[in-house]
Amino acid sequence: MLVEAVKLALQAIRRNALRSFLTVLGIIIGVGAVIGMVTIGNGTTARITADLAKLGTNLLFVLPGQVGPGRASSDAKPFNNRDIEVMRAQLTGVQAVAPVAQKSVPVIYGTENRNTVVTGTDSGYFVVQNWALARGRGFHEGEERAGRAACIVGQTVRETLFGRTDPIGETIRVHNVSCEVIGLLEAKGQSSFGTDLDDTVLMPLRAFQRRIAGNMDIARVYVSARNGVDTAKVQTGIERLLRERRNITPGKEDDFSVRDMKQVVQATAGATAVLTGLLGAVAAVSLLVGGIGIMNIMLVSVTERTREIGIRLAIGALEEQVLMQFLVEAVVLSLFGGILGIALGLGLAIVTTAALNVPFLVDPFIILVAFGFSAVVGILFGYIPAHRAAHLDPIQALRHE
Amino acid sequence: MPRAGGPPLIEFKGVSKVFGSGPAAVPALNAVDLSIDRGEFVAIMGPSGSGKSTAMNILGCLDAPTSGTYRFMGVDVGRLNRHQRTLLRRRYLGFVFQGFNLLARTSAVENVELPLVYRGTPTTARRRLAREVLARVGLEGREDHTPGELSGGQQQRVAIARAIVTDPAVLLADEPTGNLDSRMSLEIMNLLGRLNREQGITVVMVTHEPDMAAHARRIIRFVDGRIDSDASSERAA
Repeated sequence: MLVEAVKLALQAIRRNALRSFLTVLGIIIGVGAVIGMVTIGNGTTARITADLAKLGTNLLFVLPGQVGPGRASSDAKPFNNRDIEVMRAQLTGVQAVAPVAQKSVPVIYGTENRNTVVTGTDSGYFVVQNWALARGRGFHEGEERAGRAACIVGQTVRETLFGRTDPIGETIRVHNVSCEVIGLLEAKGQSSFGTDLDDTVLMPLRAFQRRIAGNMDIARVYVSARNGVDTAKVQTGIERLLRERRNITPGKEDDFSVRDMKQVVQATAGATAVLTGLLGAVAAVSLLVGGIGIMNIMLVSVTERTREIGIRLAIGALEEQVLMQFLVEAVVLSLFGGILGIALGLGLAIVTTAALNVPFLVDPFIILVAFGFSAVVGILFGYIPAHRAAHLDPIQALRHE
Repeated sequence: MPRAGGPPLIEFKGVSKVFGSGPAAVPALNAVDLSIDRGEFVAIMGPSGSGKSTAMNILGCLDAPTSGTYRFMGVDVGRLNRHQRTLLRRRYLGFVFQGFNLLARTSAVENVELPLVYRGTPTTARRRLAREVLARVGLEGREDHTPGELSGGQQQRVAIARAIVTDPAVLLADEPTGNLDSRMSLEIMNLLGRLNREQGITVVMVTHEPDMAAHARRIIRFVDGRIDSDASSERAA
């Protein structure tokens, strides 16, 4: 009997192909939106998490002042070269320490120029950032100590300034300081937040401080923990050491902060997951609207087919057979919508994830949910029209024009 | 000519039908007594509002009398619920309507199959039966035509095929020629007569055309909700 009901439903749907399609358009868009949003959202979350993990989950940021909700980024004093030396000497479980001082300045080569962020740092930077050189060499210890103006450029800077010329051995002007290019960084691409990581110039810290910044400040310090060492332990070590160096009496608050990359990753992934859920919920509302659309059209269909229902009842259809027929019709319609919607959503996700350069991750669970939901929509919103059809008086129905 | 033994096929005893209630009540049938036996070909005539359609609906178990009893094959239909009446209808009754009432955009053979679908007859068996019956009403080769592709007379023959495919005890025809010209009407009447004679199907037909009624062997006239006359037709006599 169910098989017959499905056949009858398919017949009825085929006979009204255009109307049937318009009816399920709501479901198609609803399911498509849910699947699309969630799939794109999952891909983005995965991408951000992977990007942040690439920075190293064993990474700690040390910043002057307390930053966080409700606190102004403070005027606490920056770090100095001696802090770095002491950290390197006294911290345990540490793989590398890298000071970072930055300034955005014009960089000129021949007639080409570009404003870029120049970073004063030392060899520790390549370790903590897990960043290798494409060509050339890193800083010598001598260069670091003497503060010689040697530069390592990123791929974006190379492209705009040098074009096809080999940059190694060339001299560029960085904020009026002549500087020999000794190395070229490997391409890193965009960060998850859209900044171009390759738009950078690295200099030895001392040279940067003396000749570009004009002071000895270090804006932040990156510390990477050795493999297998708990970052929390390293964090405690840094805090103890810096409190001592900055003369903070017990009971007073730190005037610096240490951030664990792992927490940043978790927080960001959490935020994108919430966003994905929110988008999915908005899309789910359109599914509900689609369901109401189905009910509306099914009610119209029952009225329109009153005479047909009368014929069926007169020639021996039982009430439950008519009920079943219309219910199955609604369910088949909404399942059609569900399938087309899943296809639409996945198609949308394939195109969008490719454009955003994020992985295309299909969540079978959400597809199952969308499919089940469209079936439930069919049953819920198909029941009232089906019930109405089944309880028509055959005499009245046959008289209906 | 009642058959010896068994009850009549159709038996009205003091059947009344009132529509509405209170001062707005409209009596449609007034204490009608009637009995029809197996194998009869009966025409029911009467002006509109005479109660013939109401009688037909009660006969077809589509409606129940307000008072009195209607026995079909000895069963008191008034005591059956809607579900039981549907079961009785689909087992023993075939309907032919004035407006044909075929499903649009549905082939002749699918229309004829429909009652079998609701009975749960397997697909191959019901396809075979439907084709056989269509051949019997002279529509061989038209099985796959939709109603829109058939003439009125052909559509009514499809409707008759649909009514008899279940091998019913009674064929109820409500103005079966009302929408047809005289040539097609004659075809349909000949078909009904043949089904009655050759296959012993009891035919009860409502009509207001004396020419058509003359094909029946018995003519019952309704006036104001009562039976005015009940006689053998001249032709049969």
